[in-house]
Amino acid sequence: MPRTILEPRFQVEYLSILDSDGNLDASLEPDIPADDLKRLHRGMLLGRRLDERMIRLQRQGRIGTFAPIKGQEASQVGAVMTLRPTDWMVPSFRETAAMVWRGWPIEKLLLLFSGYLEGGQPAPGQNDLPVTIPVATQLPHAVGLAYAAQYRGDDAVVMAFCGDGATSEGDFHEALNFAGVWHVPVVFVVQNNQWAISVPLKKQTHSRTLAQKALAYGLPGLQVDGNDVLAVYVACREAVERARAGDGPTLIECVTYRLGVHTTADDPTKYRSAEEVAAWERKDPLTRLAAYLQKKDLLDEGLTESVDAEIAAAVQRFEAVGTPDPLTMFDHAYGEAPAHLAAQRQALAERLRDVGRAAPDEATPPSPPMRGQRASRR
Amino acid sequence: MAKLNLVKALNLALLQEMERDQDVLVMGEDVGVDGGVFRVTEDLHRTFGSRRVIDSPLAEAGIIGAGVGMALYGLKPVCEIQFSGFAFQCFHQIENHVARYRMRSQGRFHVPMVIRMPYGGGVRALEHHSESEEQFYAHIPGLKMVIPSGPRNARALLVSAIRDPDPVVFFEHKGLYHAAKEDVPDEIETLPIGRARVVREGGDLTLIAYGAMLRLAREAAETLAEADGVEADVLDLLSISPLDRETIVASVRKTGRAVIVHEAPRSFGPGAEIAASIMDGAFLSLEAPIARVTSWDVPFPGFAREKANVPDLARVLGAARETLAF
Repeated sequence: MPRTILEPRFQVEYLSILDSDGNLDASLEPDIPADDLKRLHRGMLLGRRLDERMIRLQRQGRIGTFAPIKGQEASQVGAVMTLRPTDWMVPSFRETAAMVWRGWPIEKLLLLFSGYLEGGQPAPGQNDLPVTIPVATQLPHAVGLAYAAQYRGDDAVVMAFCGDGATSEGDFHEALNFAGVWHVPVVFVVQNNQWAISVPLKKQTHSRTLAQKALAYGLPGLQVDGNDVLAVYVACREAVERARAGDGPTLIECVTYRLGVHTTADDPTKYRSAEEVAAWERKDPLTRLAAYLQKKDLLDEGLTESVDAEIAAAVQRFEAVGTPDPLTMFDHAYGEAPAHLAAQRQALAERLRDVGRAAPDEATPPSPPMRGQRASRR
Repeated sequence: MAKLNLVKALNLALLQEMERDQDVLVMGEDVGVDGGVFRVTEDLHRTFGSRRVIDSPLAEAGIIGAGVGMALYGLKPVCEIQFSGFAFQCFHQIENHVARYRMRSQGRFHVPMVIRMPYGGGVRALEHHSESEEQFYAHIPGLKMVIPSGPRNARALLVSAIRDPDPVVFFEHKGLYHAAKEDVPDEIETLPIGRARVVREGGDLTLIAYGAMLRLAREAAETLAEADGVEADVLDLLSISPLDRETIVASVRKTGRAVIVHEAPRSFGPGAEIAASIMDGAFLSLEAPIARVTSWDVPFPGFAREKANVPDLARVLGAARETLAF
């Protein structure tokens, strides 16, 4: 019997519309209304400025460890701006800009990174899942949400985020496989920022692209220049429309770069060169978009000041949050606390009362409420 | 009223709950056309179709992970893991997400999911098909963990688990699937999760068991009554978590002696928590050390040796008599 080819050779499309030198492929340029372009720019700038402010807050010990997003603003905001509020967004832990765009109050995110679970509580009716930390484990949730939306006859689309490291996890593959078999309205956005902490992409996979992993599961995979917000927007808009029309899931790999640290507890000089970082700084998504808007005369005066003022106001609200009531930790383990848990709550309540009576100073934490976490010295 | 074995009783619970509530779905490997490898979901796909009785791909993390998403959306997935020995491939989804979503979202979301798994030995099965792992789930805050001992309470507990707003891990002993038939009423019954049942009353000794071990405890109690003139309380825990400490403590305060029987290995097993609860609540009533009859602290040894590993009547009687003679 002869050897036969069962499948045609696959192709992975790569999309770039506005390159790092400012060259625009006008034939692919999306028709985004001027106001939306301004909002987009503001969302990306807010993401950048918030990131920088959060690093300062962390260094000052005012918030705990978090994962900065610098360099990935286009991959995030360009993607979620294609969603409706009624759609669902499923983040990992490095989607601050996308989360703020989706309506998470900044002070809530600051609370989350200060050890307050209140920061993970979406507003009523807000169709966003909270930050998920175990890598790739949020992806099957997105598939289940999409299944449920389809089951209920809703036209909601689910967009899930993960990074390049996540594509090595079993949950990534199980999620893609389930999504393909079930043909549900989900869009996977892989932010390929080249580094999973200290491990570069070439040690993560022998595949030429991450996008092609989708093809094995029977769904389209597309690679885009993740620092080109126009390309991210066009790819995600198409994928979201396809999902909403009942044409199934898509995977979009955004090729981008983490310009900063993995988390504030990380020192990237140990594993990558300054030259590499500098080369990617020249591809900065914000510089690129600003130049594009400049040509269209859409750059708002005083945008940075306005964004900084919004962040400063949120930081003030965050710092005004009082000392947490330890007893509320018992409130959300179960819908109704079982007897043993009610007894444990009672025991802690009594202890707190005793401590308060014995030595009033001990009842209050010695440091201000937001400084509970040890600051990294790195 | 019909005489049903445990398989048929569970099937009835699923059928009636799915008829009652459109949001209840069944998902797992082979649960559709095949009706599950133990036939617990038999014919449900005929009644409710493949969108509600989902033959999933063979991937435990995918099943539980997708189930989390469905539950967050408001559905009530009943997920079947084909054997409890395979659940380690979704253990991270259970611990990281199923148990925590209510806490993480501060009550905005919750996961009304049931995770059914056949467990237990004595059925001459391959490796990973005979283990008892209830202690892992009972240890996780945010989960509930129940184990029925017969058709009627299995049906009622499964209905309660489906209606519970919190996630429930539901263990079904393989040895009980076809062991006995019981009268199961046509009308839906529930049983409160977190409540044990006193199935036999006596003042001399408390025998505490659940699942397939309940039969041993009952037989031991009968033997002790006939041969030794000793009357034992027999407790069927039904829920491992939350544990009904109140009923356990009340019984031991009365009898002063306790023997705990479980199939899981001994160290750090449910017996340790039960014994600690007795120490907390009935220390001054104790007349003898609390005894535990369990499997040994070895990986499940293969069915050629399983009879020497899983507790049997002689071991339960031995422990009971030692306790009584102390």
